[in-house]
Order: sequence, then structure tokens, then C-alpha cells
Amino acid sequence: MTPQTLIIEPGTAERHYWRDLWRYRELFFVLAWRDVSVRYKQTAIGIVWALGRPLLTMMVFTLVFSKLAKLPSGGVPYPILVFAALLPWQFFSVAFSGAGDSLIGNAGMISKVYFPRMVIPASAVIVSFVDFLISGVILVGLMIWYGFAPNPRMLTLPLFIFVAFAAAMGAGLWIAALNVKYRDFRIIVPFVVQFGLYISPVGFSSNIVPEQWRLLYSINPMVGVIDGFRWAILGGNSLFYWPGFLVSISLVLVVLVTGIVHFRKTEKTFADVI
Amino acid sequence: MSSAISVENLSKRYIIGHQKQEGHSSLRDVLTDGAKSVAQRLIHPFAVSESSPKREEFWALKDVSFDVQQGDRVGIIGRNGAGKSTLLKILSRITEPTAGRVSITGRVASLLEVGTGFHPELTGRENIYLNGAILGMTRTDIRYRFDEIVAFSEVEKFLDTPVKRYSSGMYVRLAFSVAAHLDPEILVVDEVLAVGDAQFQKKCLGKMHEAGKQGRTVLFVSHNMPAVRNLCDRAVWLKDGQVHQVGSVLAISENYLRQSAIASPLKGLQDLITALPQDPVLQLENIAIRQKGEFSNSVLNGDPVEVEISFRVRIKTVGLRVYFDLCDEENNILIRSFNDDAAETMSSVEPGRYVSRAVIPADLLAPRNYELRIYGTIYNQRNIPAGGIGIPLIVESTSGINHAYPQEPIRAKILARIPWETKLS
Repeated sequence: MTPQTLIIEPGTAERHYWRDLWRYRELFFVLAWRDVSVRYKQTAIGIVWALGRPLLTMMVFTLVFSKLAKLPSGGVPYPILVFAALLPWQFFSVAFSGAGDSLIGNAGMISKVYFPRMVIPASAVIVSFVDFLISGVILVGLMIWYGFAPNPRMLTLPLFIFVAFAAAMGAGLWIAALNVKYRDFRIIVPFVVQFGLYISPVGFSSNIVPEQWRLLYSINPMVGVIDGFRWAILGGNSLFYWPGFLVSISLVLVVLVTGIVHFRKTEKTFADVI
Repeated sequence: MSSAISVENLSKRYIIGHQKQEGHSSLRDVLTDGAKSVAQRLIHPFAVSESSPKREEFWALKDVSFDVQQGDRVGIIGRNGAGKSTLLKILSRITEPTAGRVSITGRVASLLEVGTGFHPELTGRENIYLNGAILGMTRTDIRYRFDEIVAFSEVEKFLDTPVKRYSSGMYVRLAFSVAAHLDPEILVVDEVLAVGDAQFQKKCLGKMHEAGKQGRTVLFVSHNMPAVRNLCDRAVWLKDGQVHQVGSVLAISENYLRQSAIASPLKGLQDLITALPQDPVLQLENIAIRQKGEFSNSVLNGDPVEVEISFRVRIKTVGLRVYFDLCDEENNILIRSFNDDAAETMSSVEPGRYVSRAVIPADLLAPRNYELRIYGTIYNQRNIPAGGIGIPLIVESTSGINHAYPQEPIRAKILARIPWETKLS
């Protein structure tokens, strides 16, 4: 191996940043593995918690929105309608709050060791993705229970998962970087997550939103993601609202790109301000 | 030989807030400060905006330049706040400099702490992988060295126990072992040797020594001068964020020790002496310990130490003397020396003021903490004061005795230079 020269100067963008990020890919998986394996250590029922939380949320939502509020389901079993949305929402919200706290939670590492800082929020997103996969089992169970046949549109799911990833990553990078400097965001995040659950079409179908408000409603990037999930999972019974989806997607892209740029710009000062 | 690390005019500035308790600003502060300055602008549109009094610049490093050749083992020394850690943080790419430039040739591993990222819930085995990855090792690397790491750490039995159940010694040993098995071309180490028991410290030092012997470049920050001297051949002395001296480790560390010794004058000793009860015959009036003319109780064993006792005799007395005991930490008296040791007969001392000066020769004291206990005494009657006046005497090694075996702990209470001659018989 030929020795390479590393130049450290103020303000110079790291030339090999993305290559470094690739070199540290193992750290990225190790951190994700650490968080996953630590999460349920010394709990009595362990991994069951990962199943229990979304299951209970789904039951409450079904009870409130279907049985009490009598909202329409468009012909699919309400629990499946809810769960198809709960999956991406939970993925997003856990990733978002996890990424937000990730840098502060690993302050010790940041002030003592060099590595591309993006590894940390990214691995928080991965941790949430593991939860997402586990919860996916419940969806399969529900579909079997209700005898709900899978349909070919499900093959498009990876695309929507990818969009959900981008949304979680973009928002996560923003909040992680801001949190380092302004701890106010620690307080804002749980609120945003709680609020978001109600303004996103999780407990209800976005078809009940009046037509003239539909485009405005899609400004929430999760609307596009959730609609996409429903469209893919529920099959023919679910309508797809293209303009809204495009708005959501573009916003996700904007958040992701600005998130990366902002993160890269502030990254070098993390160790000083954390 | 080529340059491994070259530092040119490196500076690092921190903005320190005076009023704010915490380093990070809250969003509200930023918003209100912003609003205030806008309001100021509206009220006094032509006022020169003065920099906020809350903020002050602090240069942790200022124009630092030095070169480290490949294979050099360089010690960075300096007092707390001299900028050592900031320098290491910049070299480790944890923080970026405000000005200047560093170029580093070769793979760097920096250890600013052992056990970074260790998770208490994970087992020893899991933490080895975790910590290894954080330090930049690949999984194959770790697997390859796993047995070595475990053997070095001496925690085989507890490998599958969560580290939160470890004793702090075990924890530190495991942490250091991972770090010790990094295989870099340039090793940057901060004070991590101040961990574990003496035995393990020795092992760590040995490991670092080995790295140096293999031609690695080592940059080592420590307050532990013997360790720096054992490990390094050159030293950079940082003072107030600037390079104060650069040179051979022996010369620099000696200068440094002397300087830092001066920085700790014997406060309170004078008060102690003034507060002594009045004695009708003998009164101690002043005690001074000096080395090379400097008043200090922290001394180097390569140079003589002067002990000076001023006292006053009120009544003509037979058998009046002053003396000191050199005691070790277990209170054993190692040396007792009287001011009239050389006298032929017991003499009588006239009233008056006296100064007795003793010189503890160079190459006699061991690098350890002693207590020097000063007494006045009247033969067959009493000591004045009864318990003497104890002064801690901290000795650092510069004598070069036993220098060929730096790892060997010095067990002797005193370390005298005894002439030896060995030849073929």
C-alpha cells in the first residue's frame, strides 16, 4: 500500500469524503447492530416489543377511526388499511427521532475519534428499518387472517421503501445537525412526531381529504409515501393521486439534498460544540 | 527519511461565552440576539457595531509549526491548557484548525481515549468488535487479532459477560488491548497510559515501545515524564498554545520539569513556621529548599538539592543542633543528617541567628515522593518542634541511573550512583 498524504486545512472540503464513508461502512453496520442488540437487552419479552407496539397502535386506530368515527375504508379490512400506513410512518418517526438524538447520544465518540459523522444518523435510520422489517411480519399475518390476497403491485414496494428511506434520512440529517447546536430540537422532535401521526393519513385514508385540499395536503412528504404503500399493498381498491405523490417526492428530494449539504457544512464543528 | 507529519502555522481559535453557562447556544438566544442587533440597527443606524461583550476569542493554538520525521517518537509536553489536546484533535481530524496546514503521510490511528464507544450492555467479545470498528479496523482485522487482543487483556474468562459487570480495571484492560492492536504507521496517543494498575501500565508502555522499535511514528502526549522519556526520542514543548521548545527528549523534559517545579512554590510553609510555638531556647525561623537557586520542593535527582534552615538561639546551650530526616511514604527514615555531623566533640552554641545549609548530592534520590522532616533539637532533651516540620519532596528522575532498563520499576528507596567496573577476568 502506498502511503497517502492527508492534508488538514481549514475550510477545505474533504476530498475523499464519500470514499471515507464507504471505507467506514463496517462501522455503520456495527453501530446499527449495536443499537439493535442493545435495545432489547435485559427486557423480559425482548423482540416481542418490536411487534407489540405497532400491533397495539393499529388496534387503537382501528377502534377509534373505524368503529367510533366510522371512517370509510374503501372496501379493505380497516386493520390492513391502518397497518399499511403504520409501517412507513413508524419507520419514519423512529428513524427521525433516533437520528435526531444519535449525535448527542454518541458525543463521546464524536469528540474522541474521527470518522465520517454521517455514519451515525445513517445507522439510526437502519435500526429503524430493522424494526420496520419485523413489523412487516404483522402485516403478513393480518393479510393471512383476513384472507387478503397479495397483488403484483407489491413488487413496487421497494421503490416506496426507498422514498421513505430518503425522507427519513433527509429529515434525520437536518435534525441531527441542528440538535448538536440547538438542543431546542430535542424538545421539538417528539412533538413533531406526535403531531405528524395525526396530520399524516395513518389512521384514515387520504381519500377522505376534500379534493381541493388534496395537493396542499401532499406537502407533507409522508403523505406521498403512505399513499404509495397503500396503493402497493391494498391493490385495486386503493386510488392513486399522482400530483400529490410528485409533490411529496420532490419535497423528499429537497429535504434530503439540503439535509446532506447542511450536515456536511456543520459536521466539522460538531466536536467543538457538542 | 521523509517527513511523516508536517505542521505549519497551525492555529485554532475557540469563541468562549462568558455569560452563557453552556457551550451550545439555545435557539432562543440566537433569535433574541439577532432581534436585538436588528433593533440596535434601527435605533442607531450609524453606530459601529461592537462585538458582543459576551464573546471572547481564545487561541488554543497559535502559529504552531514542527516536523515529525518518519520513525520519530515525539513526546508533546506542556501544562494543562497548553494546547496539547487541541493539537491532537486536529491531527486526528476530530476538529478542524482555524488557520494553518497539516500534512500527514501514512495511516494514522489516534487514541485520545481508550474504550471509546464501549457499550456497557454488550459483552466483552461484542465490545472488541464494536471498539475495533470505531477505531477503523475491519472485521477481518479484528478476527485475525482477536486471540491476541483477548490474551493481552487477561479477561478471557469474562469474554461473554456484559462489560457493565466488569471491574474498572478489567474494563480498561480490555479497552486498551483493542487499541494496542491497531496497526498504523503513525500512532497518536493521548495520556491513555494513565490507566490500570502498575503492572498493566508497564505492559502498555512495553507495547508502545515495541511499536516505536518497529519504526512506527509515535506522537505521545503525557504528563508522565518518565514515560515520555522512555518512549520518545524527541519532544515538543507547548506553552500557551505555542511551541516553546523542540529538541531531544532529555533536554526538553529536563527544562520542562525544572520550569514546572518553579511553578509550585512552597505555599504555606512560611505560615507554618511563623505559627510555631515560642521556645525559650531555639526557634526555627525559615526553611528553604532550593535547586539551582530556585525555591521549590519538586526537584530533579540529576542535580543537588540545598536544604537551608535558619534558626535563632536565645540561650547558650550545649548539644543544640538542627537536622533533617528524609522519609519515604511509609514513614521510614532513610537518611538522617545533623548540621554538626562533621564535628569532633559536642559543642555549645552561643545565642544569635544562624543559617545551616545542607546539600543533598546529585545522583542519590530515587524518583519518588519523600517527606523531608526538619527538626531543631537539644541533645538528650527535646526536639523543637516535637514532630518536626514535614515538607513533601517530589523527585523526578534526570540522573540517568538505570537508564538502559526504562521499563524496570525502581524499587530502591534511594538511587545512588555507585561506581562499577566489570571486565573479563
